[in-house]
Amino acid sequence: MRKTNIRLRFIIFLGLVLVLAGVAAFAPALVPFDPYEQNLQEALRAPGGTHLLGTDRYGRDMLSRVIVGGRTTIFSTLALVGVSVIIGMVIGILCGYYGGKMDSIVMRISDVCLAFPGMVFAIAAASVLGGGIISAVSALAFISWPKYARLARGEVLSIKNRTFMEAARLGGCGTWKLITGHILPNISGTILVTATLDIGTMMMELAGLSFLGLGAMPPAAEWGSMMSDGRSMLQTSPWVILAPGTAIFITVACFNLLGDTIRDLLDPKRQDVKA
Amino acid sequence: MTKVFTNRRQSFKAVDGVNFRLYPGQCLGIVGESGSGKSTAARMIAQLETTTEGRILYRNQDITNTPGRKRKSIYRNMQMIFQNPLDSFDPRRKLGSSVVEVLCNYGFSKIEARAQMKKLMERVGLNDEIADRYPHQVSGGQCQRAAIARAIALKPEILICDEATSALDVSVQQQIIKLLKELQSEYHLSILFICHDLALVQEMCQRVIVMYEGKIVEEGAVDEVIENPKEVYTRRLLDSVLSI
Repeated sequence: MRKTNIRLRFIIFLGLVLVLAGVAAFAPALVPFDPYEQNLQEALRAPGGTHLLGTDRYGRDMLSRVIVGGRTTIFSTLALVGVSVIIGMVIGILCGYYGGKMDSIVMRISDVCLAFPGMVFAIAAASVLGGGIISAVSALAFISWPKYARLARGEVLSIKNRTFMEAARLGGCGTWKLITGHILPNISGTILVTATLDIGTMMMELAGLSFLGLGAMPPAAEWGSMMSDGRSMLQTSPWVILAPGTAIFITVACFNLLGDTIRDLLDPKRQDVKA
Repeated sequence: MTKVFTNRRQSFKAVDGVNFRLYPGQCLGIVGESGSGKSTAARMIAQLETTTEGRILYRNQDITNTPGRKRKSIYRNMQMIFQNPLDSFDPRRKLGSSVVEVLCNYGFSKIEARAQMKKLMERVGLNDEIADRYPHQVSGGQCQRAAIARAIALKPEILICDEATSALDVSVQQQIIKLLKELQSEYHLSILFICHDLALVQEMCQRVIVMYEGKIVEEGAVDEVIENPKEVYTRRLLDSVLSI
């Protein structure tokens, strides 16, 4: 009963996320107007009429900009999470598997990264690297990998000495096969859940950097920088900031709910009760 | 085949100056209470623990602390069955696929390995359907049978059974012992049978070693040692069984 509920939830949220990703992927084909075309006569139109979500101060259609901005935001967030997870996981698995001095050194470095206020560091790093979405992603990846490294390392340590690892070794598995064939499949669930849950946070951080002018550069449409653009008009034309803000809210909520559901789905206590 | 074996581990001597031989086609039992070092000894032979001192010889070849890369050739001839069958299989792999993996590691093609796996599963008394299940979906006995199938897949010369029957209930224990005895004559296996159940050791083995605090206290033919123990400790061990 519960199990099917979770399945259903999973399918719904996965569907929502796929719709968002689909919209982002086919953004250029979906937009009703050119998101970059300025038309000062149409500036700051309220939502309704031909411009469903209104226009910004240059007369650009908000709906088109939100759709195209989603492309930047969602894909750079996924790239960010992907890069952090891969780097963190490789480092974590190697540290956990081999241990020793290398492990202590790398883990102390990750301690330093974790102890440092992430956003402050990201702001500093992004401004050193110069603006642009790529430097924002690099800066955030730099502060995000230790979390996955620690997680992967812990998971590896907990299964490294289980009997099935010894049995696999006796079965002639070399280090590479042990890692790819036995360690990875056994730890990827936890990491996948954490990564999905983190997509929301990372999206916020990325939008935050853009809001501060350290991410996507105007006129590129990106939700964070669009909100930043509109913040001075919050009282007169709230839709300029509400449209990208709502988009961020909905997307973050969808990814968080998906993460929650995947966690529930993979939770061993909710697995089928064994005979 | 000779196995000379003298050892000392860290500051705590789990195994202390132990020396024994396992002859081809024979079954050697190791008995002793928990913590007497019998498992550690076996794990050193299987290269799962490092040996601090002494040598392990296999066919007059020194295999003590074999470096990782060369271990594969040792495991060609030496396999091990563990105490907890459930934990000795990767929880995310089907039982059959774990057996296939071993065969593939030693040069079988996927198709050959699958066919061979089916034969092995049949030999240990498991049907095809079990091979397609995950470890937590089968009983302990079935799981241990699959572990045996995996261990004999490469037709090894030495099989180390580390408390292979301890986690199973009594009736299943008998079946597993019967299977091991059959396989021993079929494959001409030399078995190192670690166990704390003296009755099973008597049934299974020709010779037996009694270990206490890392040392061998008695060694000899199994009937002789159990019927007519010379050492005080062996007698105590036997008495403790009878008194229950």
